[in-house]
Amino acid sequence: MASKVIHAYYNDDEVLMHAVKKVKAAKHHIEEVFCPFPVHGLDKAMGLEPTRLAITAFLYGCVGISVATLMMNFIMIEDWPQDIGGKPSFSYIENMPAFVPIMFELTVFFAAHLMVITFYLRSRLWPFKKAENPDVRTTDDLFLMEIEIHENESELRELLAESGAVEINISEKNSH
Amino acid sequence: MYTFSNRLKIASFILMAVGLIGIAVGFISAPSTVEEAKAIVASHDAHGDSHATESHGAIDAHNTHEAVNAHDEGHSSSHDEHLLHQLQNKPWAALYVAAFFFMMIALGVLAFYAIQRAAQAGWSPLLFRVMEGITSYLVPGGIIVFVILVLSVMHMNHLFVWMDADVVAHDHLLQGKKGYLNPIFFLIRAAIFLAGWILYREYSRKLSLKQDESNDDSNFKLNFRISAGFLVFYLISESIMSWDWIMSVDPHWFSTLFGWYVFASMFVSGITVIALVTIYLKSKGYLEDVNDSHIHDLAKFMFGISVFWTYLWFSQFMLIWYSDIPEEVTYYVTRIQDFRLPFFGMIVMNFLFPVLLLMNSDYKRVNWFVVMAGVVILAGHYLDIFNMIMPSTVGDQWFIGIPEIGAVLFFAGLFIFWVFRALSNAPLQPKRNPFIEESRHFHY
Repeated sequence: MASKVIHAYYNDDEVLMHAVKKVKAAKHHIEEVFCPFPVHGLDKAMGLEPTRLAITAFLYGCVGISVATLMMNFIMIEDWPQDIGGKPSFSYIENMPAFVPIMFELTVFFAAHLMVITFYLRSRLWPFKKAENPDVRTTDDLFLMEIEIHENESELRELLAESGAVEINISEKNSH
Repeated sequence: MYTFSNRLKIASFILMAVGLIGIAVGFISAPSTVEEAKAIVASHDAHGDSHATESHGAIDAHNTHEAVNAHDEGHSSSHDEHLLHQLQNKPWAALYVAAFFFMMIALGVLAFYAIQRAAQAGWSPLLFRVMEGITSYLVPGGIIVFVILVLSVMHMNHLFVWMDADVVAHDHLLQGKKGYLNPIFFLIRAAIFLAGWILYREYSRKLSLKQDESNDDSNFKLNFRISAGFLVFYLISESIMSWDWIMSVDPHWFSTLFGWYVFASMFVSGITVIALVTIYLKSKGYLEDVNDSHIHDLAKFMFGISVFWTYLWFSQFMLIWYSDIPEEVTYYVTRIQDFRLPFFGMIVMNFLFPVLLLMNSDYKRVNWFVVMAGVVILAGHYLDIFNMIMPSTVGDQWFIGIPEIGAVLFFAGLFIFWVFRALSNAPLQPKRNPFIEESRHFHY
């Protein structure tokens, strides 16, 4: 289904922030904002929900520390116990301080990598994917705010022009 | 302009008075003869405290002082003599730990302040006067620590065994270290370090006040330069200070990352005190422009440096534990056998507690959460210093009783009095710092 959207361009992140707040105050739904760099506080101004990525990071960290524990327990205690520095490794808990660096590293490793992969999947990014941004200039020096039009084109146009937009376009958009 | 409220002033005087009584009780109840010392221990044992007798074996094997004396004297009489020394050391060690702890807070804040200056940080200039107020304690605090060190050199106490010529005469290792560990050089080093720190503090404060009245940024730029220079001096002097004033109470043992470890402790304590004083002043209606984001940043530092401290603590522990070399591992053997509760309690207080409490981003903005975490962090780092000094000075005779708490109260009172008096001397908000606008609009 194709829908009509309005694209407002800004050339400054401060102006964009004010415009976003203004549009939100006028009770319009902002579809998306495209930026050349992350703008601090934009998510809050747009009223986006807090990310749940942190929760997944915690869960992945738990997986990492479990893998490290099971792995070191098998390698160093069960499969091939050795006597290192007068400490025969017959018990995991008694030799635990030696395994702390590995437990720490694998926790970080699992949390970091799986979090990045989750982020890609959630953002529907994969190799050879076609870029979704409507205008290549948003990767250079322009900010773009996208709002869906519901028979209020002139009202929106006026509001956006007032908020400091340097360019306003109307275009058709195919929702995915 | 902040005025030192009478309520707080009286509270600080009461703390000092109560603390002085505690310190005096400690010194009066210390034994002066071997018989008295034995009587004290016997009465403790009668109370059902079997702990002391159990662990004597460990102490015999591990305490250097003991081992030295045992060479030329009968074992039992040297043991009693040793016990007497430990009990005589107790009030001194209590005084020294508390004096060092509060001096260390001021020094940690000074390092933090110099880093903000050298980095030309934009978020923190609103807090500069708070930091300058806290570092003002370096003058009395540093002098008190120095006086205690001078009294040690004059054999008023036995905190530092290597200062005893008899001990050195029978100790091959200490003879080898004589070129560095000798009383005169020790005091010269201490005087140079204290002079350097205090000089930077006073000069930087003067430039900071002058910047308010000036019409260009020359004071600010000069402050930037001397802060960068000071950090070089601080890095070296702090490390050597930690070997001299702390590590040398156990002169046979050494650890190469000890300077960093003590630095982490003083840095996190200092940042915590900045946060606590800021929250207090804000609750009284001062520092209007300091917002939640400033507290958030301080809490982030508290969280981060707590983890850094744990990293260093563990690095030191794991290497020594793993290699298990007798002359190194005794350090942890005595601590785990005789100081089990403060040793492991400190890790809970300095690591687990702040990590759990300050992990969540939103909690770092909740003032009472920060205060709660801060109080536990400060108590934990007092215990850290306690664990560094006590095992080799009082051994298994340690206790957190009247002398220890009295000393903490006394120095807490002095600290509060001195810091808030300094805060009331100048406007709490710098006027002409070039970054003050950025700091006022600081928003996370």
